[in-house]
Amino acid sequence: MDIFEYISLIFTDYTIRNISLGTGALGAICGVLGSFAVLRKESLLGDAISHAALPGIVLAFMITQAKDNYVLLIGAIISGLIGTLLISGIVTNTRLKKDAALGIVLSVFFGFGMLLLTFIQKNPDATQAGLDKYLFGQAATLMENDVKLLSIVLGLSLLVLLMFWKELKVALFDSDYAKSIGIKTRFLDSLISFFIVLAIVLGLQTVGVVLMSAMLLAPAAAARQWTNRLYVMLIIAAILGVISGVVGTAVSTTYNNLSTGPVIVVIAILIVIISFLFSPKRGLLMRQILFIRSRKKIEQTKVLLLMYNIAKTHDDVGHPHSNKILNNFQGIGKNVLKSLENQGWIKVNEGMWLMTEKGFNYAEELNKGITL
Amino acid sequence: MTDESKYALNVHDLTVAYDFKPVLWDIHLQVPEGVLMAIVGPNGAGKSTLIKAILGIQKKIAGTVEIFGKPYEKMRKEVAYVPQKGTVDWDFPTTAFDVVKMGTYGELGWFRRPSKKQKIAALEALEKVGMLPFKNRQISQLSGGQQQRIFLARALVQNASIYIMDEPFQGVDATTEIAIINILKELRSSGKTLVVVHHDLQTIPEYFDWVTFLNVKKIATGPIKEIFNDENLAKTYGINYKVTINK
Repeated sequence: MDIFEYISLIFTDYTIRNISLGTGALGAICGVLGSFAVLRKESLLGDAISHAALPGIVLAFMITQAKDNYVLLIGAIISGLIGTLLISGIVTNTRLKKDAALGIVLSVFFGFGMLLLTFIQKNPDATQAGLDKYLFGQAATLMENDVKLLSIVLGLSLLVLLMFWKELKVALFDSDYAKSIGIKTRFLDSLISFFIVLAIVLGLQTVGVVLMSAMLLAPAAAARQWTNRLYVMLIIAAILGVISGVVGTAVSTTYNNLSTGPVIVVIAILIVIISFLFSPKRGLLMRQILFIRSRKKIEQTKVLLLMYNIAKTHDDVGHPHSNKILNNFQGIGKNVLKSLENQGWIKVNEGMWLMTEKGFNYAEELNKGITL
Repeated sequence: MTDESKYALNVHDLTVAYDFKPVLWDIHLQVPEGVLMAIVGPNGAGKSTLIKAILGIQKKIAGTVEIFGKPYEKMRKEVAYVPQKGTVDWDFPTTAFDVVKMGTYGELGWFRRPSKKQKIAALEALEKVGMLPFKNRQISQLSGGQQQRIFLARALVQNASIYIMDEPFQGVDATTEIAIINILKELRSSGKTLVVVHHDLQTIPEYFDWVTFLNVKKIATGPIKEIFNDENLAKTYGINYKVTINK
């Protein structure tokens, strides 16, 4: 199947449309809520919660024997929330820092979940229920009802953002100040944490426990590179999340054997790499270019001023001097002389240089500015 | 019994502890209206904790805080807070203007957005601290002194009666320090009350007219002229601290 055939299938094929809409909605939710996780410096929270959800899924199955997704999701939400509470409990009641608390909860819950999972593998019902799909995700199982659920959660989280926008913003930036003007920061924290748990749990079916945190972080981290405004960051993160979801689904469906979750994450990571390299203000590449440019500029200025100080001691400004004079003061590369010549400030000929009138005047202006 | 409501800020019996160790012990503190007061004390004396406990950011074990004779919770709008500059992430995606607008959020309450009136107030505050030309700058592109001015402007927008500031002069250059102290003195002249955690003992007699010495317990509080002396400094810092006072 080629990509054009696929695009037409999005509109005609029921299953493919559901999967695309579902992964797209998931991408948008993760982009928006992930921005909060990133700005709260809780990037690893997503990883801990997604791993913490696993025992909830398995226990929900063991207790109810239900194959119904929603029962399992409720189990995931409960154990995800317990994991979150445990993390904040550890941080407030022990001397352990947040990173240690996250690591403990992640490994203990995931280990317990895996233990239960291997324990029930003997049970043929468990294999049928396909519990192991939650490890790496299986987008193909997305149904119309899942898409509806994802859309409702997306709508709800956008509604909450709109309602509490200014409170969330000030609490996120400066929580002490927010408290001082009477904003209930603990309520807002819990609200956002709850929605993050919800987003993660909904993503488990598609992307899986192991890769879910990438889905939360990648769009947000990429979006931060392109803007310095909070609301713009959220919008860009949502769009990048949708792109990752939809394009990832397309690629995995077009190349038949690739599983969707990992492809979505790879696309998201590609977007992150592109953003970190090429974004105009914060991108590594642009910053390196600007850095090299400004260093060159400084070097040129220094050499030109050195020449100016030599030239002004002569009646004839354009009197030629040996390049060696410059080298005696500082090691000066030929590139610098060449670029100065290109700008018409000096002339270079057989190991000698002379200043043009234009160069002398320019240096005189520079000198005034610098000695001021 | 004096009339309690004449004090702008009245702290009673305040005790705060982290873990098992008391950080503040039985603090009684009465600040009259219209003074510019410094809180001084060594590191770990509980200066920031005192401020945070007054503002309800830090949990108290015991004690009450009254603003003009009424409980703090009812008088929140009369108090503006300038936190330490280092407590926030200055790479946060927002502009100087946006940060100052946050000063109007308390007055607005839930669900309401800043309108033209609030925006004009924010612009005026920016103008006052000399930051109007930088209003659209991303906050990480401001110098330390400029960031401090933005924090001050955010408090000014609140148009409060009491200003509580945590080390507003930390890490700022001489120009900003003078600009800030001039604004503080101007606020005092218009009848506002200011409580400022301050570290530089040399500048206290010049900048402030009231002082509180703090080291877990309150050592002394009162007018600079009466109590800013070697005896109180020695009690607070535990060493003989000789300071020249220009009276």
